[in-house]
Amino acid sequence: MNPMNYIYLSAALFSIGAFGVLFRRNAIVVFMCVELMLNAANLAFVAFARINGTLDGQVVAFFVMVVAAAEVVIGLAIIMSIFATRRSASIDEANLLRS
Amino acid sequence: MSAGETFAFWVLAILAVGGAIGMLLSRKAVHSALWIALTMVSLAVVYLINAAPFLSMVQIIVYTGAVMMLFLFVLMLIGVDAADSLVETIKGQRLAAVLVGIGFGLLLLAGVGGLTVNEIKGLDAATSQAGGNLEAVAQLIFGRYVLAFEVTSALLITAAVGAIVYTHRERLVGKPTQAMISRARFTSVTAPRSPMPAPGVFANHNAVDTPALLPDGSPALDSVPAPFQVEEARTFTTADGRVITAVYPEGDDK
Repeated sequence: MNPMNYIYLSAALFSIGAFGVLFRRNAIVVFMCVELMLNAANLAFVAFARINGTLDGQVVAFFVMVVAAAEVVIGLAIIMSIFATRRSASIDEANLLRS
Repeated sequence: MSAGETFAFWVLAILAVGGAIGMLLSRKAVHSALWIALTMVSLAVVYLINAAPFLSMVQIIVYTGAVMMLFLFVLMLIGVDAADSLVETIKGQRLAAVLVGIGFGLLLLAGVGGLTVNEIKGLDAATSQAGGNLEAVAQLIFGRYVLAFEVTSALLITAAVGAIVYTHRERLVGKPTQAMISRARFTSVTAPRSPMPAPGVFANHNAVDTPALLPDGSPALDSVPAPFQVEEARTFTTADGRVITAVYPEGDDK
């Protein structure tokens, strides 16, 4: 099997995630799609680390995971506070930054 | 690459892409969360195959353990039943999204399709000196990348404080006390002062959807629980000749 298959899988997952960000209207599902894109990028890092024989890719993937965890916390907090003022998790409703 | 790895790759790739597509097509956000958890677990196994056992465990603990549970927690808070609206607010946006998604995927595949890999170098040489994958990754994190690792701690602290600041709400008015609730009830014109009659009182049937009968024999529609409440009660004659007043919806012949 060609090791590039991992990269193709990563590209497919990234495309599905990018498509979901454009397609879905629920802010939480959009956020899940962003997470999927981060996961796809991690997969590419890990696969390239093995192909190139250096561990740096794995370390970068680890940092991506840490940043993703922080991003999820802040993003969900924003969704929560928007929901508290507007009673809606639809991204169409949140077209103004003030409440 | 061994035949076993090829087989495992195809199984995991189908699971991962299937989970991603399931997430995309689920109407309910909770189903989306469960589908993407499948994708993330599949990717954890792919990391294991790719000689990254540490990242595989981090993927399971951080992503499926913490991130997805946080997603589910927020979904429970803002209501699991909130299904996605199908109303297209921007005209042609769905079609444009499909086209852009397909185009982006083709662009990405064409970009990486030009690459060829002659051989997999493998990570044995990189990890054997340290004594294993975990030790080698640790040497890198606490050696070459120690500054990034320290900055990460600042990032996490900032994120935690930011989440607290964002979701904190000052209570503008005090919580109503029991005395205030009681006073409001007795000064209100419409609210009943006595407890509501229980469903089935004086009726010839004691199910929860059978309204209590008032002294004049008319049904007290307020006495049935709110989910069953209707405008008008229906009167039934059962097979054994009893007359029952109940709030069954039309066409629901029990």
